Amino acid sequence: MIVPFDILILVFLVIAAVISLWVKDLLAAAMIYGIYGFLICLLWAEMGAVDVAFTEATVGAGVSTVLIVATILNTRRKSTD
Amino acid sequence: MKAKIYASLAVVITGAVLLYAVTDFPNFGDPHSPANAGVKGGAPSASIYYIENTYRDTKVPNLVTAVLADYRGYDTMFETVVILTAGMAIFAILRVLRRDEDTEEAAPVDRSIDGDHHRIIVGITCRIAVPLIQIFALYVVAHGHHSPGGGFQGGVMLGASFILIALSGSLSDALARLGESSFIRLACIGIFIYAGFGFLPLLVDRNFLDYGALAGLLMTDGEEMARSHSMLGVEIGVAMTVMAVMFAIFANLSTRGRLQGGL
Repeated sequence: MIVPFDILILVFLVIAAVISLWVKDLLAAAMIYGIYGFLICLLWAEMGAVDVAFTEATVGAGVSTVLIVATILNTRRKSTD
Repeated sequence: MKAKIYASLAVVITGAVLLYAVTDFPNFGDPHSPANAGVKGGAPSASIYYIENTYRDTKVPNLVTAVLADYRGYDTMFETVVILTAGMAIFAILRVLRRDEDTEEAAPVDRSIDGDHHRIIVGITCRIAVPLIQIFALYVVAHGHHSPGGGFQGGVMLGASFILIALSGSLSDALARLGESSFIRLACIGIFIYAGFGFLPLLVDRNFLDYGALAGLLMTDGEEMARSHSMLGVEIGVAMTVMAVMFAIFANLSTRGRLQGGL
């Protein structure tokens, strides 16, 4: 565990989480959600939980982003609230 | 707008409570924390048992896989069932079985030299990538008890390779390789493989999922190797279910349950 690296990832994590909730364009929100997933994956890999990081990279950042994008393209792209 | 303020308030309060709770956590890597207790001669704990005995019990170097597929195999079996149930729920909600006349079939991709160049470049790049992804996914499944990875990760990667075929070409390309009846069957066969490995020990008066009893059937020397090999079998079952369900969810979501046309 490298503390400066951890703090950097955590700061980016909070930024990504807030932005993905804040943007009106849902496609952009889905992409930022993917970035959030990869940042968490990086954090876990760096803490030594390689299996969990692997799962997060494939399921959290990979496939679920694709599924969200597929859903957005079949519904509406703009957030209403 | 008012709803958003209330929602933000709820998020901030919950976050603050969670952050307050975090201060009670032991430090990262603290040898006296409950999870690590016993490292320096304290009371023996579960994690110490796994660290010291996993290799002796199962001949599996990756402790995470051993805990997941052997010590805690019952839990993992029903995790796989949860994934199958999620796939079935999406199928039940989205799938339109009535034949729709007005959905036009997507135009076939023009692969000639005069075709859409962007699609050709994307299509051929993905065609090169897909076999590599699938071979790596098979490696992740087969090597899951020796290195990070296993059934879930490998299965998701296999499913993602079919999703990549559907995204770069058309959904009918991917469905020609893994059709609807195939992925429904694969999803169920995967569960049956896992449950079958659980039931076989019952026939010789052992506990459910006690893989050691399969030593004779798998022709291994000793119960430990039987556990190791059974874990591989179980991971293959998990990978089949996860792959089929991931692709099924994508196919249903991207076509609103019609399984024709595509994005």
